[in-house]
Amino acid sequence: MINEIDQALLEKIADLVGKPVDALNIRKDGGCEARQSTEHIKIDARTDGKEGIDIRILDGTKGEKCYIPVVISKSDYSEMVYNDFYVGENCDVDIIAGCGIHNSGCDEARHDGVHTFHIGKNSHVRYAEKHYGEGEGTGAKVMNPQTVVYLDEGATIQMETVQIRGIDSTKRYTKIVCGKGAEALITERLLTHGRQLAESDMEIVLDGEDSKGRVISRSVAQDESRQVFRPIVVGNDKCFGHVQCDSIIMGNAKIESVPAITANSTEAQLIHEAAIGKIAGDQLLKLQTLGLTEEEAEDCILKGFLA
Amino acid sequence: MLELKHISYTVSDAGMEQAILNDVSVSIPDGKLVVFTGPNGGGKTTLAKVIMGLVTPTSGQILYNGRDITGLSITERARLGISYGFQQPPRFKGITVRDLLTVASGDDNLSKDKCCRYLTQVGLCANDYLDREVDVSLSGGEVKRIEIATILARGSELMIFDEPEAGIDLWSFARLTETFEDIHRTHSATMIIISHQERIIRLADEIIVVGGGQLQYRGSADEIFPKIMADTLGSCPVLTRKEAAGA
Repeated sequence: MINEIDQALLEKIADLVGKPVDALNIRKDGGCEARQSTEHIKIDARTDGKEGIDIRILDGTKGEKCYIPVVISKSDYSEMVYNDFYVGENCDVDIIAGCGIHNSGCDEARHDGVHTFHIGKNSHVRYAEKHYGEGEGTGAKVMNPQTVVYLDEGATIQMETVQIRGIDSTKRYTKIVCGKGAEALITERLLTHGRQLAESDMEIVLDGEDSKGRVISRSVAQDESRQVFRPIVVGNDKCFGHVQCDSIIMGNAKIESVPAITANSTEAQLIHEAAIGKIAGDQLLKLQTLGLTEEEAEDCILKGFLA
Repeated sequence: MLELKHISYTVSDAGMEQAILNDVSVSIPDGKLVVFTGPNGGGKTTLAKVIMGLVTPTSGQILYNGRDITGLSITERARLGISYGFQQPPRFKGITVRDLLTVASGDDNLSKDKCCRYLTQVGLCANDYLDREVDVSLSGGEVKRIEIATILARGSELMIFDEPEAGIDLWSFARLTETFEDIHRTHSATMIIISHQERIIRLADEIIVVGGGQLQYRGSADEIFPKIMADTLGSCPVLTRKEAAGA
């Protein structure tokens, strides 16, 4: 049963209002609240005994969306979910995932998810994943998502992950393997506060000729929170890879950023950039001369940085 | 009316007191265009920053429209109608030109037409710039012009510009001087412009030469120019020596 709290969570994590006509699977506290396939996108329970679903997108599917949000409303709850995506050739689709936890108890609520994508030749996928936690309880809200993507020749994925406040602990692992002419773009936005911990490991393997990989990570660590980033790009052929990690550090937070690039081909062109710093004083002053208070100026800078 | 009374600003450098501003008093009536000029390091920018609240003077008093604003914060002064265009404006990752103009105007629903007007006044095309981030992808001249556009969007009664010409190409500079002329002609704002450009100096009602932390001369362009030239030549030992040798 989807109640008002769930509905608000669904809107936050997947912009989902009401029931769309698109393919849909809503998972709540381990159960299936709604499932809907379309002519071109089929969603079925797994048959190997593991928790989760298989999503099959037929060749040539274009302009369609698929929503697969997860809601957890229990305390003292943990789940491990496996979702596999099989995207055919020549598709152009949006997949909107995301997980929202409302924990009003004093025990941990935890979602571990493994998403594996097999994206066919010349298909384009935009994959959005928002994580959000709330609830008046003291119980921790924990999410550990793993995303593994295999891009066939000429395929692309634009992956957008967003986690703004709310999640006490996250260990994220993302791996994308690019075939010939394939392209991966990951944008990551993260804000931690309180005593939260976020770890993000990424690996982009540029296996195919003329493959491209790009990581744009922006994060803000406030209060006592800790963040660790380990983005890795491996170039095995003629390819282009670029990792860009920017972090704003505030309060007593700690940030560790360890980008790495590995070239196994003379034709691989790989770049990494990483920067950590506090909000520049002249930025605050400039916005104050435009009439904002120091707090408003700080908010404005963070909002823009994480936009 | 802006009044500075006996403003001094002293810094401590390796135990030595150094006066950056030394007992500066000046009044600037409403609707006037006043240019601060003078040698580098003479105290012009510090004086302008004192007005905006970016620098707190060691002593002295600042009155704005009769009210003592010496103890007010930058934000409070901005809300009273004072604005300041930085000599070297900061850049912002993720904040677009439209965002910055919106913040400056105080109107959350600032229209594209209005943005376009502000950008045109500094020689930029809104279609090319509105959605661009004010980050390192913009040149120094572009950031500078956007900075000036934010001051125009703010529509303050007192606008302070710190070397608005720096880094700006000749064509945009011509457009910018027209904008200053328009504001001046309509008396829609009082302007203090720190500048070394003759074209801007010629627009001014009054020129104030700031040097050695003090106001050295005040007057019209015609009165001040000969003094600046005499000082420039007179203070340069190389030029002075050449002249002496030639004579």
